[in-house]
Amino acid sequence: MALIELQDLTRIYVSGDTEFAALRDVNLQIESGEFVAVTGSSGSGKSTLMNIVGCLDRPSRGHYRLGGRDVANLTRVELAAVRNEFIGFVFQNFNLLARTSAVENVELPMIYAKVPPKERRQRALEALERVGLGHRSGHQPSQLSGGQQQRVAIARAIVTRPKLVLADEPTGNLDSATSHDIMMLLSELRAGGMTILFVTHEADIAAFAARSIVMKDGAVLRDEKQVSSTAGATP
Amino acid sequence: MIAFGETLRLAQRALRRNKMRSFLTALGIIIGVAAVICMVSIGEGAKSRIRTQIEGAGTNVILVFSGSSSSGGMRGGMGSQPTITFDDLRAIQTEVNGVRAAAPLSRTSTQAISESATWTTTVYGTTPEYFVIRNWNTVRGAQLTASDQAGAAKNAVIGQTVAEKLFGAGTDPIGQIVRIRNAPYIVVGVLDKKGQGGMGDDQDDAIFVPLSAFASRIQGGLSNFVRGPVYVSATTTEAIDTVRRDIGSLLRERHRLGPDDEDDFSTVSMAEMTGMLTSATQTLTTLLASIAFVSLFVGGIGVMNIMLVSVTERTREIGIRMAVGAQPADILAQFLIEALTLAAIGGIIGVLLGIGVGELLASRFGWNSTPRTDIILIALGVSATVGVVFGLYPARKASRLDPIEALRYE
Repeated sequence: MALIELQDLTRIYVSGDTEFAALRDVNLQIESGEFVAVTGSSGSGKSTLMNIVGCLDRPSRGHYRLGGRDVANLTRVELAAVRNEFIGFVFQNFNLLARTSAVENVELPMIYAKVPPKERRQRALEALERVGLGHRSGHQPSQLSGGQQQRVAIARAIVTRPKLVLADEPTGNLDSATSHDIMMLLSELRAGGMTILFVTHEADIAAFAARSIVMKDGAVLRDEKQVSSTAGATP
Repeated sequence: MIAFGETLRLAQRALRRNKMRSFLTALGIIIGVAAVICMVSIGEGAKSRIRTQIEGAGTNVILVFSGSSSSGGMRGGMGSQPTITFDDLRAIQTEVNGVRAAAPLSRTSTQAISESATWTTTVYGTTPEYFVIRNWNTVRGAQLTASDQAGAAKNAVIGQTVAEKLFGAGTDPIGQIVRIRNAPYIVVGVLDKKGQGGMGDDQDDAIFVPLSAFASRIQGGLSNFVRGPVYVSATTTEAIDTVRRDIGSLLRERHRLGPDDEDDFSTVSMAEMTGMLTSATQTLTTLLASIAFVSLFVGGIGVMNIMLVSVTERTREIGIRMAVGAQPADILAQFLIEALTLAAIGGIIGVLLGIGVGELLASRFGWNSTPRTDIILIALGVSATVGVVFGLYPARKASRLDPIEALRYE
């Protein structure tokens, strides 16, 4: 059974009298453990796709099964629970809480998952250890470099051991050397069994993925397997 | 939804992240609550002080004043025209049922001179009954007696302030001489301490001499008429009204007033004076407290204002929290508890500050501050309600944000 199964997925935005279909009848399956890059020009619908896959938005029509469960028509409250349990997010601008230490940032999803404080702290420290920031757990975002902030964000995304990690332009605000490091980190996580879906518009970043989906005008233009550019990250 | 304790911790952390703003927001509530508590405490203090002082003047006391006579279209005030005679006084003592004692009280302000000092004080001429009515005993020596009165003896009983000023603290004034208007008086007794009177006067700054001596040597006057008010004490509180009425009809009869004539005297009971003064104080307290409550309300609007700014400013934080799985109810609870915490902390600090300032002001006025528990609870309740009511709208606004929009917010 596929982890993500999109069937005739359509998302229409209505503003006044005009309707705009950001996604039209998208059909897509992503298996557990895949490492997928979504590319496409601006306005191609890749952000809308990520929002729906991330349960932040709901489709206008069609089905979305996550781990076999149809989540297309869940309420806001139910979607919040699904996000908390199954999905980890990494954003282009890191989206860490300001004036809050790295370890507290990483603890955030576990607060809403009702993990007891002691276990929370321990797991957050482990996650920071895993992204190579064990020695910076007490630092606030403003005291960390961009690459370090993104590592904290990745630690936050994986700390609940989600089935799916979604990264929206994870290297968009980083220089190329740091971008490379971050993609290597994601490759390692994927090798550890996580399913990772990321959006990028840079070809060398997309090349890290084992599968490339190209979007155009709200539909999938190309969907192909490729050889991942990282050694040791091949399945 | 996550546990309450967890939300409380989140809210506290958020407030601590912006200490200055949290403090300024709470300040509105602090001042509001403090103003309410302070005003009511001082008002209560003033009221209870007036009550104890008037009651300290003697229990079940009725004052009878001469005067209020109208002659040729001129109307004199209370006591402006002597109308009560010593025969009237005796009649009140003997003919009215329920009278425990009656005593005249004449007074004048003059210098008293001892061997070592001079002091300007109030000298009273009265009869021994006065001390019975006022329930006033000596701490040293003896009271004035009926024979002092009969013989116009030059004996004096002095208050503690006078004792201290004329003879110095720690000296025994009994047997010493005090000269008043060039006549020597022997101090026979020192009265116990009464403290401040109903009008803020020092009741211990007084010298008492027999009325007969007072009339003949200190302040002359018509020998048949009583100068100054007559103190009458009723046997019981219930008897006050009857005694007052009976004194009225007795005096009208003795003064041969016709049915159309106005009283040429007036009576007032201490209870009545207490009521008048305390109700005036009560009105003032209520007025001040209502103004203070308005400032508490304004403080509440300040909380709402800051919470609204906070929601806008923290839109992205809200988006992050929602993305990682916070439910709308979690966000609502966090912002509501932030507002409530500000209101509660402000309320508690306000209560302490209000009691403190009330105490300080009261001590400067020489009053007691009496913080009222019910007002403290009401003020805390109002500030908590203000927190909920004014926190709810911003909190709802926060919980209804769309996570996608919120994450994109710059």
